[in-house]
Amino acid sequence: MLTKRIIPCLDVKDGKTVKGVNFLNLRDAGDPVELGALYSQQGADELVFLDITATLEKRKTLVELVKRVAQNINIPFTIGGGIGSIEDVSACLNAGADKVSVNSSAINNPALIDQLSREFGNQCIVVAIDTRNVDGNNIVHSHGGTKPTTLDTFKWAKEMQERGAGELLLTSMDKDGTKSGFANELTSFISTHVSIPIIASGGAGTMEHFTDVFTIGKADAALAASIFHFKEIGIPELKTFLSEKGIRMRN
Amino acid sequence: MKLAIVKYNAGNIQSVIYALNRIGIEPILTDDIDELKSADKVLFPGQGEASNAMNYLRSKGLDQVIKDLKQPVFGICIGQQLLCTHSEENNTECLGIIPAMVKKFPPQDKVPQMGWNTITDLKSPLFKGIDEGSFVYFVHSYYVESNPYQIGTTDYILPYACALQKDNFYAVQFHPEKSSDVGEQILKNFIEL
Repeated sequence: MLTKRIIPCLDVKDGKTVKGVNFLNLRDAGDPVELGALYSQQGADELVFLDITATLEKRKTLVELVKRVAQNINIPFTIGGGIGSIEDVSACLNAGADKVSVNSSAINNPALIDQLSREFGNQCIVVAIDTRNVDGNNIVHSHGGTKPTTLDTFKWAKEMQERGAGELLLTSMDKDGTKSGFANELTSFISTHVSIPIIASGGAGTMEHFTDVFTIGKADAALAASIFHFKEIGIPELKTFLSEKGIRMRN
Repeated sequence: MKLAIVKYNAGNIQSVIYALNRIGIEPILTDDIDELKSADKVLFPGQGEASNAMNYLRSKGLDQVIKDLKQPVFGICIGQQLLCTHSEENNTECLGIIPAMVKKFPPQDKVPQMGWNTITDLKSPLFKGIDEGSFVYFVHSYYVESNPYQIGTTDYILPYACALQKDNFYAVQFHPEKSSDVGEQILKNFIEL
């Protein structure tokens, strides 16, 4: 039986790990490769590195990061952050990334996902969706979750699957940074209506929140950042806890 | 020891190279026929789509070269599938080295299978020191049907051959290069065959 996955997310800026409350007020939390290796030793199932550096040399910094991670860490990882072209994806995969995460570029040009999955296979194309509730509707947001689009989250998830996404990273901007639990209802609805894996993100605060996102939310994987970075929850304890709750974990 | 990696159009070879580097091996990546023939061991990894990969191998004459190899050969992921007879992925005739069929997962669960799953019924020196039920990392939409050359089993939607061996040809569906310490041991075992 396939296990559920626990995925720490490392936000990286200028080569350093950062994590913001609701993506603002960034705090420094160390070297991404060292932190990633530590998580790997502790039993993390995968890692996500989100490079939020905004410079003209963007691709170079991404590739540098990918290379260092791939050399040092022996579990799968996804790289995201401003990936917008076939050339970006190619550079990251060739440097050793297992998957790339695409967000705003897919909103600006949905056909990019068709191109990427044709070129590289859908198994390495993750589409990140930042969603927020606007007047009772779940709406996709761009620009780090700050700008509303006209896209309905569920329809967008379906479209991304049809165009060739291999996995969806669904972040609830309503929940992100609140530590009040994942957006289980929305996650469950999307997860049961698509045929590709869903990584749930945003809102992790306690170990019970992870139980809920797998049982109620039907997520295939759960992603969190600050609770791991600031050692509020240890990955070994979390996996033991979830195993005891009957959720299949890699031990 | 000279370890050659078959260079072709199925991507993400870099993480295999790094994994080998971590266990002290400096592989050569090549599509040169003499280099492949003279290597002590040959790795045939890759991700991608079967028909494109087969077309490329044929266009370079690598299909026959791989079939003729006498040293230990290790197919990983699409490499395993290409060693088989036929793949349902775009109805592709594969290398036919190991008589087994590659099928698409039925849609009873999410496809691709993505994540960590167990390997059981392990029977090969490739799995020396590896416990039954160890976890390894999988990403795939097509699987090799159970067959007489099966040396490992995984269950996802149905039980299937996650590892194969016939003569000097070894193959696994999962990614040892991404499977933490277990995967590293399997790579070491191949090196020591």
